[in-house]
Amino acid sequence: MDYIFSLEFIYLVASITYILGLKMLGLPETARRGNLIAAAGMTLAILGTIFLYQGEVATHIYILIGIAILIGTIIGWVVAIKVAMTKMPELVSLFNGMGGASAALIGLIEFQHYTGETLSTATILAGIIIGSVSFSGSMIAWGKLNGTIKKPFRLPKYNVVNNVIILVLVLFAAYITWSSSSSQLFLYILFFGALAYGILFVLPIGGADMPVVISLLNSFTGLAAALGGFLYGNMVMLTGGILVGSAGTILTFAMCEAMNRSLVNVIFGEFGNVSENENESDSHSVKGDIKKTTVSDVAILMNYSQRIIFVPGYGLAVAQAQHAIHELELLLESKGIEVKYAIHPVAGRMPGHMNVLLAETNVDYDKLAEMDDVNPEFQSTDVVFVVGANDVVNPAAHNDTASPIYGMPILDVENAKQIIVNKRSMKPGYAGIENELFYNQKTSMLFGDAKAIIQALITELKGM
Amino acid sequence: MTEIANFISQNLQLIYVVILMVFVGVEIIGHVPTVLHTPLMSGANAIHGVIIIGAILVMLGADSNNILAQSLGFVAVLLGTLNVVGGFVVTDRMLEMFKKKK
Repeated sequence: MDYIFSLEFIYLVASITYILGLKMLGLPETARRGNLIAAAGMTLAILGTIFLYQGEVATHIYILIGIAILIGTIIGWVVAIKVAMTKMPELVSLFNGMGGASAALIGLIEFQHYTGETLSTATILAGIIIGSVSFSGSMIAWGKLNGTIKKPFRLPKYNVVNNVIILVLVLFAAYITWSSSSSQLFLYILFFGALAYGILFVLPIGGADMPVVISLLNSFTGLAAALGGFLYGNMVMLTGGILVGSAGTILTFAMCEAMNRSLVNVIFGEFGNVSENENESDSHSVKGDIKKTTVSDVAILMNYSQRIIFVPGYGLAVAQAQHAIHELELLLESKGIEVKYAIHPVAGRMPGHMNVLLAETNVDYDKLAEMDDVNPEFQSTDVVFVVGANDVVNPAAHNDTASPIYGMPILDVENAKQIIVNKRSMKPGYAGIENELFYNQKTSMLFGDAKAIIQALITELKGM
Repeated sequence: MTEIANFISQNLQLIYVVILMVFVGVEIIGHVPTVLHTPLMSGANAIHGVIIIGAILVMLGADSNNILAQSLGFVAVLLGTLNVVGGFVVTDRMLEMFKKKK
């Protein structure tokens, strides 16, 4: 009976909640409960670790732990509640970095306690490297997503430089391990070296690829946690860490697949190589004139349509126009017009991000059509209304082999009878490339802020 | 060679767990609709906050005179908590929205 209250048993229960929770997160009906189950398991594991610890501990240490958890809970909770849903991807990146930093700090403290034990030292050093890279990399990803760091920054020959740095770090760690060195100086050199690598690793990668990077760093942190579990022989850290490490890796590949890019491609930057020739390709990709249209023309066009498909992009979220577009959808439907949303897998800033944003405004789940389902429907669609999306509707992905996005699956909006594109200006999208869709004969451009434009459309339509 | 054999025999249980968990992780993510990729990533992000257990163990085992270890440990627990609490709460917020279906 006593075993029920033992730490091992609590860890076993917690491990099961992680597996169950993650499994349930994969189904829309059970996702929320799954998250809560995993959270309950985590709480149990934390409480068990504190209160069932075997050994003498000074009272002030308990107090310190309590304060740290209290502060962390308050800040974490408030930030998570307050943040706007459009800012969510960078928040996930931020929290991921916190986990990585925590792993690195644990290694820094434990190093001196395991001098001479080859395997433990190797585990600790690996944890420091992975945790630090995850931390500094996540911070850069966070900066890129919220716009603090704008341009991809590349050292000359950055791929070679980066690979040399990581190789040197690993060899250095191996040296510390084999020489049974207890040098704190070496330890901190390794720590700061790994931090620098994390920065250099993420800096050259374009903003559009950040979700993939965050997912990758997410699995890195999982690995760092698992290494901690190995060090302490702690089952719950091991299972939780490995689970996230492997699930995160698969998720990373799934995201790459959605963009038709290989992981190697994302990290070592085919984008970079192509954009060096940008000036050349620019000269021949810009052709023809664009056609501008007005709000009242579009309102009339929509009023006499039978099927309309909205293609929302990140621009919609930036303009906070989710509620407006939902209102427009309801208004059109009340006029007997069929309306749908075509959601590209990477619309927004993360796969599924656009779905979250639209769900927030009560858009019916069934109205959100995934790319493969909606693509054949464009042919029989009267009007496609592209709001703040760009790269995900760029036909260059189909027919321009020199384009950096060539091969990426896109929404085939050009098959529709009329295409209305709402953008703030002719500025290229996230990938920084021209979009020939705007020069298509069937395309009309409706320049302006998405929210203002949609509200004007609603007013016009109401008067008809 | 004997070192490797020793290592394996001494850590056999852990190795079993690692291998099985890798497969569990792969299986779980296998057929998830893209719609749920973001919440799933966020949920997984919260789960690796289990690193906080390590941070707590460091604190509990810290020499009560070692100020540096305690300070670093304090920060580690704090950051770990941020990861766990923030991670789960933000995931819940995302999923709450899917629920509002009429």
